[in-house]
Amino acid sequence: MVGYKFCEKLRAKASNEEFEIIVYGEELIPAYDRVHLSEYFLEQSEEKLLMAPKAWYAEQNITLKTGLLITDINRVDKYVITHKGHQESYDTLILATGSRPMVPPIKGVDKKGVFVYRTIEDLDQIIAYAKNIKHGTILGGGLLGLEAGKALLDLNLKAAVVEFAPKLMPRQLDDQGSEMLKRKIEALGIEILLSKNTAQLVGENALAGLTFTDGTHLVTDMLVISCGIIARDELAEKAGLIKGSRGGFAVNDQLQTNDPDIFAIGEAASYQGMIYGLVAPGYDMAEVVANQLIENREKVFSGADMSTKLKLIGVDVGSFGDALGLTEGSIPIAFEDRNTGIYKRINISSDRKKLLGGVLVGDASDYSMLLQICQNNMALPPNPEDLILGARGSGAGANAMTDLPDNAQICSCEDVSKGTLVDAIKKDGVTDLKELRTCTKAGTGCGACSPMVADIFADTMKSLGQTIRKTICAHFDYTRQELLSLLKVKEIKAYNDLLNSHGTGDGCETCKPLVASLLASIWNDQILKQATIQDTNDRFLANIQKGGSYSVVPRIPGGEITPDKLIAIGSVAKKYDLYTKITGGQRIDLFGAKINDLPKIWRALIDAGFESGHAYGKSLRTVKSCVGSTWCRYGLHDSVSYAIEIESRYKGLRSPHKLKGGVSGCRRECAEARGKDFGLIATEIGYNLYVCGNGGTNPQHAQLLAGDVDEKTAIKYLDRFLMFYIRTAEPLNRTAVWLNKLEGGIDYLKEIVVNDSLEIGEELEKDMQALIATYHCEWKEAINNEKMMQTFQHFANDTKDDPSLKFEPMREMKKPANWTS
Amino acid sequence: MNETLQYKTVLIEEVAHWHSACSIDNFPEDGGLCIRYKELQIAVFNFSRRKEWYATQNLCPHRNQMILSRGMIGSEGDTPKVACPFHKNTFSLKNGENLNGNQCALATYPVKVENDMVFVGFAE
Repeated sequence: MVGYKFCEKLRAKASNEEFEIIVYGEELIPAYDRVHLSEYFLEQSEEKLLMAPKAWYAEQNITLKTGLLITDINRVDKYVITHKGHQESYDTLILATGSRPMVPPIKGVDKKGVFVYRTIEDLDQIIAYAKNIKHGTILGGGLLGLEAGKALLDLNLKAAVVEFAPKLMPRQLDDQGSEMLKRKIEALGIEILLSKNTAQLVGENALAGLTFTDGTHLVTDMLVISCGIIARDELAEKAGLIKGSRGGFAVNDQLQTNDPDIFAIGEAASYQGMIYGLVAPGYDMAEVVANQLIENREKVFSGADMSTKLKLIGVDVGSFGDALGLTEGSIPIAFEDRNTGIYKRINISSDRKKLLGGVLVGDASDYSMLLQICQNNMALPPNPEDLILGARGSGAGANAMTDLPDNAQICSCEDVSKGTLVDAIKKDGVTDLKELRTCTKAGTGCGACSPMVADIFADTMKSLGQTIRKTICAHFDYTRQELLSLLKVKEIKAYNDLLNSHGTGDGCETCKPLVASLLASIWNDQILKQATIQDTNDRFLANIQKGGSYSVVPRIPGGEITPDKLIAIGSVAKKYDLYTKITGGQRIDLFGAKINDLPKIWRALIDAGFESGHAYGKSLRTVKSCVGSTWCRYGLHDSVSYAIEIESRYKGLRSPHKLKGGVSGCRRECAEARGKDFGLIATEIGYNLYVCGNGGTNPQHAQLLAGDVDEKTAIKYLDRFLMFYIRTAEPLNRTAVWLNKLEGGIDYLKEIVVNDSLEIGEELEKDMQALIATYHCEWKEAINNEKMMQTFQHFANDTKDDPSLKFEPMREMKKPANWTS
Repeated sequence: MNETLQYKTVLIEEVAHWHSACSIDNFPEDGGLCIRYKELQIAVFNFSRRKEWYATQNLCPHRNQMILSRGMIGSEGDTPKVACPFHKNTFSLKNGENLNGNQCALATYPVKVENDMVFVGFAE
């Protein structure tokens, strides 16, 4: 990771002309995120964990050579040698070789079923082994070990964590914090064994258990070792490079080894005898070296703060500054709530003026604010206990943020100061949070600073008098969300009523369709009852095409159709001389329908058993399916029946933008569900539910919302997900755009939809149920309404067709003529 | 065939003939219909909210399509407007000016309502 970061930072400062970069990596794949390694257990996607795809290296003119281990350095003639014997010369060499897991010399450690936890290859082996066993154990209760413990739960194993010390995370947490963490982890079903010194690993061929020095025994089928790291400094001895007292390449404050042309960064480097096993100090080192190379020698490495905030197995943990209160005279203030499971402790200086450090377990929302106060030596409030007892964001929190000096480091992973963020908004004209993150990179590393970045953004925008409320247009001083609430609460069902009570002027082509969509999502009335507020296509329940004719798409749920129905569509097309084409959504589109013919075409299709396909609305379009288990030799479940069920459930639903779904019967994913707003992929025991994928100009894959759920549960989550999207999205935002803007992203969405953290699940399901119960086919209703049908004429005072509507032949069918470009 | 040449704004004092289009019952609220007069297609708008009637050519000058009568109407500031269904070019209903682009202005025609019948005025 640190090696990759170095490349990124150097390229940001210097082009290929100034510095040619060649990277040698031992593993076969490019650099990947080891911090989030446990995500691999839920979804075995290497590409998701990559720091950057291979293409990035090519684009940046970096030569990446994977699967090659450097075994020797010739410092005199300045070249390295790979394990295959190739030589590569260098002007400057940067060693970012990282570390390997420390494996204690316990008897039996070579048995089958014993693994380490560092590379994707390790994880593949663990996943494979876990298939046939019941119980797994982690050796080591530190950051990585506890993450690995959760991974075992995800693999459906019973899990235990064995720790040598008398408490978990001994370097980051005090006794009470550790105890709270232990309790919370045990509540998740992981057994924690403390003060256990493993004497032996027992078992015939494969591992069957651990025996401890105190005589006790633990039965287990697998052991994952995570008790610490050892720097990969094997090159040091032969090359004559000096090592640190605990291993690693010894470096000065410019990260140089005893050879001025060789640098070392990350876990492989030893600075003043310290090895830094966190990502942020590693990135800092990368920044220092990149600067050194471009001859900016101002920035040096001076050790790193080991503050850390993370989510361990769903438990928020934060530790910063002098967390254990070891400074002389340090006074602790602590708050413990065993009911909710929260522990907060801060250590203040003896003169009660400075915050020295602290520990947070169960609720780390104050972390960013406290870290800033600590690192910037800011003055404590008169009642320091307010820092951990007060509600987040009020009082101490708000003041602390505006008082932050401009050089306060907000994002440590990417080294972004408050000043940089404020300048981006004030000088570079950044006006939304996502843009701020993209151009400053703040929050793109570990993400701990995200809430703080959001607060600074809101604060700065406010100070500029810029409202970040996105009101919909000049006629309504409300956001889409606010209008939805208004319509619901005040039971407003007509656009004109809303305009009269809450708007100004006479409306426009922005607010009319927007309100029409809201009204449809809430009340589900026939949209032609308010025809003149409907957008171009909805207005005539068909899709307008060049020349003013329309295309008609009957619904074909799940893409399944009988021969008779195919013939019916063919007959209608022939009778009305329509151009026919199969759509990407697995249905059939009929083009060239004159407005006067639309009602007749619908009647014919309805008589043949079809309904409106809503291809003309910002609505549910289709739920695609693959062949599925009925016919396909690979299919795990009947994806077609499920797709039909889902499409039939949500047909008619209107939303901020169009919705497309997909159901695949196995991993081969023939329905391309991962490119859909919601997609289901069959697993052995159920379905994985993915959400917020989109095609279009900026395609984006859907993300996993819930794994291995049964069909009913998936539908429950879909009800909630869709209603939540309808409630909260900005106008015309597709689900991917909406998710990208959602504070907390997919994790937050999971909280709402799966864990029902806002306790609105039932309400959302009820709203959806109300829409399903009031579903009506719009075409059917329209053709039975004489007044509505009268509008389906080109001329009000003549039954003639539009004389300007002309077609030309093309490939046995027709196409529009005379559209001037 | 240069269709635009046939459409010329008619001021109320230039009206030589009031053509009866149809009954006001045919019209939607705050929406339009298309009327045929000789070779012309005229979009007539019932801006009920403002209690005003407007008529313009049905031809949108952007891509020369006979479609404006199907557009949404609204206001920009004080100016009543129609948005073309194809690409949302907006035109003033008062003088036909393209408000959000550089297209030619629409020809406009006077409208009157008598005995629940809607009439559009033409110069010939």
